Amino acid sequence: MDFSTIIAIFNATIRSTVPITLGSLSGIVSERSGIVNIGIEGMMLVGAFTSFTANVFLSADGVAPVLQEQPIRLGLAILCAALMGAVMALLHAVLSIRYKVDQIISGTVINIMAAGITGYLYVGNQNNKGVLPAMIRNPFVPEQGFLYFIGELLFDKGFITYFTLVLVLALGLALYRTTWGLRTRAIGENPRAADTLGVNVYRLQYTNLALSGMLAGIGGAVLVLEGVSFERDMTAGRGFIALAVMIFGMWRPSRAFLGALLFGFASALQSQLQFFDINIPHQFVSMLPYVLTLVVLAGFMGRARPPAHVGQAYEVE
Amino acid sequence: MAQPNTGAATPPALPPTQTIRIPPEQKPKTPLGRSLRGLLVPLLAVFTAVLIGSVLILLAGRDPLRAYQGLLSGAFGTDVAITRTLLKMTPLALSGLAIAFAFKGGLFNIGAQGQLVVGSISAAWVGFTFTNLPPLVHVSLAMLAGMVGGAAWAFLPGLLKARTGAHEVITTIMLNYIAALLLEWAVSPASTTSPAGPLAFCLTPGACSGNPNRTAPILESAYLPILYRPGGTATDTLHIGILIAIVAAILVWILLYKTTFGFELRMVGINPSAARYAGIKVSRMTIVTMMLAGSLAGLAGAIQILGVTRSFQTNQNLSAGFDSIAVSLLASNNPIAVLPSAFLFGALDAGTSEMQFTSQVPGELIQVVQALILMFVAADQIIRGLYRIRGGSGDKVSLSSSWGQR
Repeated sequence: MDFSTIIAIFNATIRSTVPITLGSLSGIVSERSGIVNIGIEGMMLVGAFTSFTANVFLSADGVAPVLQEQPIRLGLAILCAALMGAVMALLHAVLSIRYKVDQIISGTVINIMAAGITGYLYVGNQNNKGVLPAMIRNPFVPEQGFLYFIGELLFDKGFITYFTLVLVLALGLALYRTTWGLRTRAIGENPRAADTLGVNVYRLQYTNLALSGMLAGIGGAVLVLEGVSFERDMTAGRGFIALAVMIFGMWRPSRAFLGALLFGFASALQSQLQFFDINIPHQFVSMLPYVLTLVVLAGFMGRARPPAHVGQAYEVE
Repeated sequence: MAQPNTGAATPPALPPTQTIRIPPEQKPKTPLGRSLRGLLVPLLAVFTAVLIGSVLILLAGRDPLRAYQGLLSGAFGTDVAITRTLLKMTPLALSGLAIAFAFKGGLFNIGAQGQLVVGSISAAWVGFTFTNLPPLVHVSLAMLAGMVGGAAWAFLPGLLKARTGAHEVITTIMLNYIAALLLEWAVSPASTTSPAGPLAFCLTPGACSGNPNRTAPILESAYLPILYRPGGTATDTLHIGILIAIVAAILVWILLYKTTFGFELRMVGINPSAARYAGIKVSRMTIVTMMLAGSLAGLAGAIQILGVTRSFQTNQNLSAGFDSIAVSLLASNNPIAVLPSAFLFGALDAGTSEMQFTSQVPGELIQVVQALILMFVAADQIIRGLYRIRGGSGDKVSLSSSWGQR
């Protein structure tokens, strides 16, 4: 393997890691607050659809030129994805907090609804308009050898990639070093105790779920704004994989990121198969992330301890 | 189509939160009254979902009345339409039973889809492999193979849940994707660069017309007997699958409510720790429940192959396994109620294409309506609040509290 192969595999890994990381962060925020979020898949799908539609809509004729500027247009597309993700998450919150629907069923409602609505509103034959540009160009030239190689690994990534890395660190700090984090962990472990100490459990659950939905929505937006057009059901199980990653990471952002890298690598093998001279049917390579999810669930579920009160509706006395 | 702007995917606004505090359980006196009351909430859920569906059609600039008219005539308008509804209903009922049955045991078998496709390819394999069998024997054997295939595919999530606590919602969904890829490989045709899959029909590259990703057609001795032929194309003949579904529903009901096994299963569903304390082997129960549920879903797939499609193809519309989640929940997981619920969803499916044709409303609308029905049934308090119905729901199986526990 030469430099270019390593760079290609590394970059493909990062590309698939970013949406899975965002999905698992979404799961962490939600489950740390005591709400199981099976609906990440649907929220990602809605995020992908919204950012795609916003992008296409803003590039149409007759839209103010200011909005057509690439950074503004793509920024708005990401913002819309985050907002719609939050809307879906708030629906999940209303169902599971206000109406005490079983959180697994409520999440399934979100998933089926997301597939239905995006399929209903999707109009075929639209092309993606412009994708997220690399934020910082590689300042080195190929003649610089090793420096260029390092540069290729570090630079030439889209805005959301760097944003995600910052987010992993920031969320880790926020969960363990801030009042918000302490309260969030408290309502996930023992909402009664938190309530007694004056934490508004429901309000925090609502805001955290909105945050969770925004993360999932942005995770969906990456899928579309990185070059592929929207397709029906394009998330292809990433939301569920993200949940497995969350468990693998024991509900901690930085460990979840490591898990996401593993899954990102497994997914990247699909597109980079030509570099390996092994003749296996491509279906088996595509299966890898799903099989890995099963292995992780089987191997880590018993050992990792979920937030104590996750999945149970909290009843204020 | 008039494309609404960026807020396009807004889910329908929730009804105003005007629920009154509901007094605990006021049981009507007669059993008939009770079952009528039980029907009220699902019916209102369907009604409300259809109403919101009309708003969505209006938003897309189409006529909801014409759309629903098309839907009704496509589902019930002619003999062929009714036959089609019943044909669509059959796999929905069986995989709905697969979900309802597991649900009673505290398992959310969201992966009926994977069990269904594995069951269908197993049935197809028996259907085209064994020659010189008497028709009745062959078709029964093929159905049995479908059940075994579905049960085998459900064994792993059951085992993982019992041994490690891996939640069946994630494992079965992963197995859905794995099944789809595995079967795609198994029937992939030979090409210049790769050999054919083990069950593929097309062994010489480029020799097949139509969809090359398929198995050989099943033999005529494996066809399901025909009940009624309304005089259309071959796919619109009513086979005996609908009777099998009805019998299966009754058997599942008897198993759940009239046997010790069923009692134990429901006990595990309502309170696994109490069941364990009472001496029930919960982990064995989990595996057996999953496998029985899988066999029902596998039977659904088998019947679809033996009665309708007559060979396994990758692009076949075998999404019944997923749609039946809503079927089962609409029936509050009651095996008998699964039948009318599947009938409703079968009618929605059967009418979709005519609705699309007469009103240009995208067929995915039906999926949205199904999701709304599912939501209103799951959150029955919304419906109760909206229409001011008193009373609460009965015993509840808790699914998510078992997250990561053994």
